[in-house]
Amino acid sequence: MATAPRFWRENPSRYNLVGIRCNSCGRYFFPRRAICPICHRKSVGKIEEVKLKGTGKIFSFTEVHDTLEELVLQKPYVVAMVEFDEGPKVTGQVIDCEASELQIGTPVRVTMRKLSEEGPSGIIHYGYKFVPVKEKAP
Amino acid sequence: MKVGIVSYGAYVPRYRITPDEIGKVWGVDGKSMSKGLMINCKSVPSPDEDTITISVEAARNMMRRCSVDPRDIGAIYVGSESHPYAVKPSGTIVAEAIGASPNLTVADYEFACKAGTAAIQTCMGLVGSGMVKYGVAIGADTSQGAPGDALEYSASAGGAAFLIGSEKMIATLDRTYSYTTDTPDFWRREGQMYPRHGGRFTGEPAYFKHVLSGARGLLERVGAEPKDYTYAIFHQPNGKFPTRVAKQLGFSDAQIKTGLLAPTIGNTYSGAVPLGLSAILDEARPGDRIFAVAYGSGAGSDAFDIKVTDEIDKYPRSKAPTVKELDSNLKFLDYATYAKFRGKILLGGE
Ligand SMILES: [Zn+2]
Repeated sequence: MATAPRFWRENPSRYNLVGIRCNSCGRYFFPRRAICPICHRKSVGKIEEVKLKGTGKIFSFTEVHDTLEELVLQKPYVVAMVEFDEGPKVTGQVIDCEASELQIGTPVRVTMRKLSEEGPSGIIHYGYKFVPVKEKAP
Repeated sequence: MKVGIVSYGAYVPRYRITPDEIGKVWGVDGKSMSKGLMINCKSVPSPDEDTITISVEAARNMMRRCSVDPRDIGAIYVGSESHPYAVKPSGTIVAEAIGASPNLTVADYEFACKAGTAAIQTCMGLVGSGMVKYGVAIGADTSQGAPGDALEYSASAGGAAFLIGSEKMIATLDRTYSYTTDTPDFWRREGQMYPRHGGRFTGEPAYFKHVLSGARGLLERVGAEPKDYTYAIFHQPNGKFPTRVAKQLGFSDAQIKTGLLAPTIGNTYSGAVPLGLSAILDEARPGDRIFAVAYGSGAGSDAFDIKVTDEIDKYPRSKAPTVKELDSNLKFLDYATYAKFRGKILLGGE
């Protein structure tokens, strides 16, 4: 129960990848933050909320065999560090694929899936996961 | 004012299971079941998918294909019989996920398999009356049949979303007609996990009577004949029913082929006619006329007379996957994995 409000506040990031752009140095950060960790005071008043495009590539990944109870139906599953085209890196599940189909550099795009459920009568949490992008045949 | 489809998007999970694989578990000849139902395989959602995630994916595919500002969307209706929440509309999450919140009205619809087309009709009214600039109508389901029940061979998952508006329409919704009666062919009581149905009763007095009446009622009202249409699509609880109903009405196999997805995807319930219509729009050309009849148990039918416009030549279909593309790169499951995915295995501690 107690986690519902905490999740809810993060929905813009979880649903729509809302991050920030520092208009002092031009870097993107995800999730949102109040000031730029590079420019510090110089970034005050220059932070702009932006929605990341949701495309990027796998920076690193691992296959998870031992997991939390709520993900037991999905194991083994892949968790990757994804580097967005805009620069920020996030950790997320890569779905609809086997680990053997992936490598460092595999292009991925964001999708929305169930992250967890607070039991059968609780809130369902939704958020970003990643799917590999099939390169269209030329 | 002319009202029509401005954009559309579809989604089908990549997992499949065959009736043969299901039949092996229950001591049923799955191969003849497959032939009888005209279902070669059906789609299966993964454990982290539900009607909300399918609706979001379809709606995002719809938005990728147009340049409409999501803040101009004044209404979202999600039609399904498998909304994840009994109380809390699926549409609230869809609205947030496509950036349409908060200045809009949202509600979930339910009318067995025709809740998605009921959503299209509502949007037609709201856009036509000028109450909203754009409305979004979604039909999506992750339907379940009880283990061993006849429905288990067909109940599948998928959905499609339509942006209804009055500018830059790729197809105009020229007329709609509905036919509704009190018929107890299929139902699910509140709190029950699986639906129940009237067995053979689901055919003649239910599906056939309502689809035929809806279709004939529309043809009469627009003064058209089956041969006036390029494509036709009927609700498809399996491949057999729509094929038979098309023949009874005088539509040819060529007219129904493109929108007939049950043989490879199964019965996507509220997603069925919306997905079939998407498959048709994936290849339709200016001037094509589409005849569509959805059916919902309980029971009723929604019929539509749709005309494809010149706008479709400029419409960037390739910005999102076509139904054909969604029905490729498949992964087939065995029954054990399927049962795990669909929560049919009771886990310890529950
Ligand atoms: Zn900076």
